[in-house]
Amino acid sequence: MLKLENIKTYYGNIQALKGVDIQISEGEIITLIGANGAGKTTTLMSISGIAPPRSGKIEFFGKDITNLAPNHIVSMGISHVPEGRRIFPDLTVQENLDIGAFLRKDKEDIAKDLNYVTELFPILKKRRKQAGGTLSGGEQQMLAISRALMGRPKLLLLDEPSLGLAPIIVQKIFEIIKEINSKNKTTIFLVEQNANQALKIANRGYVMENGKIILSDTSENLLTNKEVKKAYLGGE
Amino acid sequence: MDYFLELFLGGLTRGSIYALIALGYTMVYGIIQLINFAHGEIYMIGAFTALIAASVLTFAGLNQLAIIVIAALAAIIYSAAYGYTIEKIAYKPLRNAPRLSVLISAIGMSLFLQNYVLLAQTSNFLPFPELIPEFEFLKPYSHIIRPSELFICITTAVIMLLLTFLIKFTKIGKAMRAAAQDKTMAMLLGIDVNLVISVTFIVGSATAAIGGVLIASHIGQINFYMGFIAGIKAFVAAVLGGIGSIPGAVLGSLILGWTESFFTGYISSDYEDAFAFLFLVLILIFRPSGILGKKEY
Repeated sequence: MLKLENIKTYYGNIQALKGVDIQISEGEIITLIGANGAGKTTTLMSISGIAPPRSGKIEFFGKDITNLAPNHIVSMGISHVPEGRRIFPDLTVQENLDIGAFLRKDKEDIAKDLNYVTELFPILKKRRKQAGGTLSGGEQQMLAISRALMGRPKLLLLDEPSLGLAPIIVQKIFEIIKEINSKNKTTIFLVEQNANQALKIANRGYVMENGKIILSDTSENLLTNKEVKKAYLGGE
Repeated sequence: MDYFLELFLGGLTRGSIYALIALGYTMVYGIIQLINFAHGEIYMIGAFTALIAASVLTFAGLNQLAIIVIAALAAIIYSAAYGYTIEKIAYKPLRNAPRLSVLISAIGMSLFLQNYVLLAQTSNFLPFPELIPEFEFLKPYSHIIRPSELFICITTAVIMLLLTFLIKFTKIGKAMRAAAQDKTMAMLLGIDVNLVISVTFIVGSATAAIGGVLIASHIGQINFYMGFIAGIKAFVAAVLGGIGSIPGAVLGSLILGWTESFFTGYISSDYEDAFAFLFLVLILIFRPSGILGKKEY
């Protein structure tokens, strides 16, 4: 469904992506792992149109989305949960969720999805009227994922959902990600530094270094790959 | 006591006008962190548009109510179009430029519009017809409050309520607040941030235009320079309340209006403007983030 072909993205004169190729099929969980500064976040920002690539091509369901405005890309069914969650601190939890469905007009289905996300994360129902900024890190991550789900995406981009969270919450978030994928058939593109966890729930993985994909394989193979183990899994 | 009340209501009226202008400053600042120095000119253009429309309509022989409504609408539409265009021409191309560049562009726009009106109209004061009718029931209190003052306060209150509703409960209002807090995230949720910015300019310009029409009718004369001082005062009010905060802009405007009114009433009217700017200096020294403003990090 998503195809990145030789993507080169720059920030000013600094080249962040040096020709990235990635392919994602419908229903998959794909993970992109790599060290800090490898270009993982930029890859996602290129897909959602915030940092459009200078050259290369991004296709979504066969359509060229390389130079579309972010709002058009969202309307095609790509939701992005960025690094650091980026909850609107002065909007209530409910308003944050409402904004997630900004482009939709199907009121009944929006209500259904609202129900669905509060079932996934019951705590959000309790916090409904609270300002987003008053939530704990874990709750904010739950809200960020829920907000993205309110757009009813076909493809969900997740950037470091485990960052800065307690291990028990990380566990829960990963379980939910798996559930979103299996129940809703939402395709998931997961960027993680927590390579071990990410590979455990993913079908396939890409390894990124210095703005380039250096390795791609099934998760099982990557988990046992010597180089990957040494560099990213902290094993021998 | 009557004198006190007169000053109080006079201050409320002033504050209302400042508030109508200050809203535009604070909303624009909230969303693109720009002090739109051309905003006072929008207010002036609103007054000029209303004057032209009112003259034509009077000539055509319409009744007074129709004249007020049509002239005000013309001012709103014309000013909104100006606000929209100014943003597109002078600010949007500089969206990613340093803040100082945009600020200079805003000052340039302000000077341009002043001189444009000076050339297109006149440098003289033009008499403005009294559009606001006399209210019978106010006659006994005419030494305390003028009909136009009552009208200004009520109109402002209604506009504040409408604006609060717009920002709190409508979809575009939520998008405005979201974009003010985090533009990138707003884009990632499908919000067209450029559109939101345009709407902000349109709304801010429309309220300023209403302020321009009301004050012109209240004072009875206008000139191309009227937007400058009023704009700066409204800016002081917005900073006093906390720039970026809408309730802050209203509160700051009322406080400034009363301060000016009481100072001029009890001390001296020669220093009216000096009080306003003294206020600005004091705020910037002691509470730079304003009364309801957030601390900048």
